[in-house]
Amino acid sequence: MTKHEKLSTFSRRSVLKGAGALVVSIGMPVGLDTLLAVNSAAAQGAKPPLVPNELDSYIAVHADGRVSAFFGKMDMGQGLFTAIGQMVAEELDVPFERVTVIMGDTASSVNQGGASGSTGVQHGGKQMRAAAAEARRVLVEMAVAKLGLAADELTVSDGVVHARSDPARKASYAELIGGRFFNTQLEWNKQIGNLLYAPGKAKPKDFKEHKIVGKPLPRADIAPKVFCTEDFCTDVRAPGMMHGRMIRPPVAGSVPVKVDEASIKDIPGARVVLEQGFLGVVAEKEWDAIQAAQKLNVEWSQVKPPFPTTAEIYDHIRRASVRKRDEAKPVGNVDEAFRSAARVIEAEYEWPFQSHACMGPACAVVDVKDDKVTCWTGSQKSHFVRDGIADTLGVPAEKVHAIWITGPGSYGRSDADDAAMDAAVLSKAVGRPVRVQYMREDGTGWDPKGPASIHRARAAIDASGQVVAYDFLSKAFSRLDVNTNGGKPHDTLAGHFRGVPLKSGDGFGVPAESYEFTHKRMAWETIPPLLDRASPLRSAHLRDPVGPQIHFASESFIDEVAAALNLDPVELRLRHVKNPRDIAVIKAAAEKSGWQSRPSPRRDQAGNKVSGRGIAYAQRNGTRVAIVAEVDIDRQTGKIWARKFTVAHDCGQIINPKQLKTTIEGNIVQGVSRTLWEEVQFDNKSVTSVDWTTYPILDITETPETVDVVLINHPEIDPTGAGEPSIRPVAAAIANAIFDATGVRIRRVPFSPERVKSSLAAAEGGVRRG
Amino acid sequence: MSQRFTLNVNGKQHTVEADPDMPLLYALRNDIGLNNPHFGCGLAQCGACTVHLDGQPIRSCVTAMSAVGTSKITTLAGLGTPDKPHPLQTAYVQEEVPQCGYCINGWIMTAAALLETKKKPSDAEIKEALTGLKCRCGTHMAILRAVKRASEMMG
Repeated sequence: MTKHEKLSTFSRRSVLKGAGALVVSIGMPVGLDTLLAVNSAAAQGAKPPLVPNELDSYIAVHADGRVSAFFGKMDMGQGLFTAIGQMVAEELDVPFERVTVIMGDTASSVNQGGASGSTGVQHGGKQMRAAAAEARRVLVEMAVAKLGLAADELTVSDGVVHARSDPARKASYAELIGGRFFNTQLEWNKQIGNLLYAPGKAKPKDFKEHKIVGKPLPRADIAPKVFCTEDFCTDVRAPGMMHGRMIRPPVAGSVPVKVDEASIKDIPGARVVLEQGFLGVVAEKEWDAIQAAQKLNVEWSQVKPPFPTTAEIYDHIRRASVRKRDEAKPVGNVDEAFRSAARVIEAEYEWPFQSHACMGPACAVVDVKDDKVTCWTGSQKSHFVRDGIADTLGVPAEKVHAIWITGPGSYGRSDADDAAMDAAVLSKAVGRPVRVQYMREDGTGWDPKGPASIHRARAAIDASGQVVAYDFLSKAFSRLDVNTNGGKPHDTLAGHFRGVPLKSGDGFGVPAESYEFTHKRMAWETIPPLLDRASPLRSAHLRDPVGPQIHFASESFIDEVAAALNLDPVELRLRHVKNPRDIAVIKAAAEKSGWQSRPSPRRDQAGNKVSGRGIAYAQRNGTRVAIVAEVDIDRQTGKIWARKFTVAHDCGQIINPKQLKTTIEGNIVQGVSRTLWEEVQFDNKSVTSVDWTTYPILDITETPETVDVVLINHPEIDPTGAGEPSIRPVAAAIANAIFDATGVRIRRVPFSPERVKSSLAAAEGGVRRG
Repeated sequence: MSQRFTLNVNGKQHTVEADPDMPLLYALRNDIGLNNPHFGCGLAQCGACTVHLDGQPIRSCVTAMSAVGTSKITTLAGLGTPDKPHPLQTAYVQEEVPQCGYCINGWIMTAAALLETKKKPSDAEIKEALTGLKCRCGTHMAILRAVKRASEMMG
């Protein structure tokens, strides 16, 4: 079996389909004849269809004993595929090195949701673990028949089933099934995507038996990247391929009314592809395509500039009509508690639109042929890209093969999905394979944005100084203007420009924590998108979708309450946080950082350079993180150096501590960047953040000196996600540290030098420090 | 308007027909088939396209073909191989630096030039040499560890 199966093999139903259901449980008293029949039925026949309820959809044992694990998610560079390999090797009892994880190819894996929501291990790994455990069970059953021993007399070491009493009585996995198929059915929960789960009869191992899971194994994709032997999706070259570039309107919402093809007639082979508002060029050579896109003379329709400016965005959100409101289950009577409060503390926070600004602008290669379509994509959602191309081109999904290949970075619903659809439309139009790589201005300017938001928080204090009520509300652009499973025409620029309106869904969130107050209410409200069609300010998932903004506000506010009550910020948290694992991460971060109990701000510093410390904590789908930030501030320049972070992290069972640490470190550094620098700028016509000068991110000279990570392992608890949770509390930890150092509360991200300076100056000019 | 250029890349001669204004990056990637320099911005702002021109790191996305002349071009693939790795490549593997890995040309090629002139740079000197390069995954701390490790390996 190869990595890329021919599609025809998947549509052919196995003659023995269903035979696997005869496979019996270990320990059931059955005769040898039955077992032999099961054995021959189970390991023969063609490959069954690639469907979620077939074991062969996840695991293959090759003739040489190597194992392939077919994974419908993929690794964005955080070591996920190492973890999946560990989980599969563990359950199968084969050496880790013998397992190859093949990710995100629609011809070899079912739709497990792609890279999504930090669920790679939490959901994807859970399924692969269950499948591998079932494969081991079936293989042992086969050995029962072959060796004439009962299942409980057998064990497995390094892919060899042997008698416990006599290791010489043995059968290797390769002998038992190598190169053939399990044809074993699984109990599928009928979900596709992240929630797909299809276990077999086998129960995965108890954690006490784990030998491979939990080890700090290295990633196998490092050396190929360092020695340039691995291709990125930008490096794919299909035979006969042309290069394409897209042309976006200068004013969002306008469409081309006149395209002067003569303006590029001197560029060899350059052609225009125009379908309603969809405007691209193709050429034989990449440089010619770039030149053609720049030189093409286009007259655009006159439209009213659709946007407020960057400076007006928060007022826009405040004034905008609420499209949907959603509330977490309220506790007590919040309104009454505020009416009778001795004191009310309140604050409002603001978070800007942010760009994925991937290291390279997105790229895809699509080859549209009469009988099939092939797409090479860096999208996190190759299965949804397959479905989206099918919809966009009007072909059956079975005729589309999407192959995920490492792209230039990915942190959510980036520009990758749009690039795939653009390449598909161009390829269909010119009848040749087309490679599209966006230009920088397309990548930063036109990617879906992390939504801008405002957050209002209130706390009611009673006469004895206790917090009795808490009220938190976010009002924001939706995180679902375009869906994270973003292939449908209404979710892509190609769809929008070809006349399909944006179909904005409603999604935001509330703080994820376990603070207990007598009266508590948390809610969110979404507002309509700024434009109902192709928009450079459409919003979507950007790493830890809406987590950074919500917890910047909620965890800054908890600190404001602590300061108002003259309490140590850790102490106030520990008074109200109820979940024991939450308490443990807060205590671990505080202890490791050498936290001294005292209220903020500190009042013992004079002069230009001051330092402070701040804590913040959050949960995320079962994972919990507490962060202590230590920052230095230059009051004159407004420059912040987020010097040190102490992170306590609990995601249940740790599969690979080494990769987990690296993932956390990346989250922290990206979180610092988002907090200190990142804000999408726009005027009323379009986005004006179009490159690294107009969308600055963290520079290496501003990198933290130390990120101390405390990993709290709970091997007895199923693993939860780690790809995103630790970016969640970063902004609040920094904000709280700035307050500790200066006594000034900054409630709007980013904390650029200008904003810090003006905040400090405003505080100096008004109320004196403290 | 296209002209013939002879490029010396990783010790081999290549003849390329190209527009003199075309950036070197496209000749390396599309005409010579070297995938390692990447297109990141086309504006010399990120470093993903960095190669050495006579040992000096340059941004190939803004270096016109006409400006290359007979200079020796070295790409990351030419810096070292799995059999004969550059110390920075060894250090990168040992420190497991890259996440997506799209940015590494800039960091490794720039750091390699630094270590040629300064065997034992201080932390501040390393940061100063690497300032302006971009990494979006946030691997900066691992990059610094790797450069220091490579510096130690170089003795």
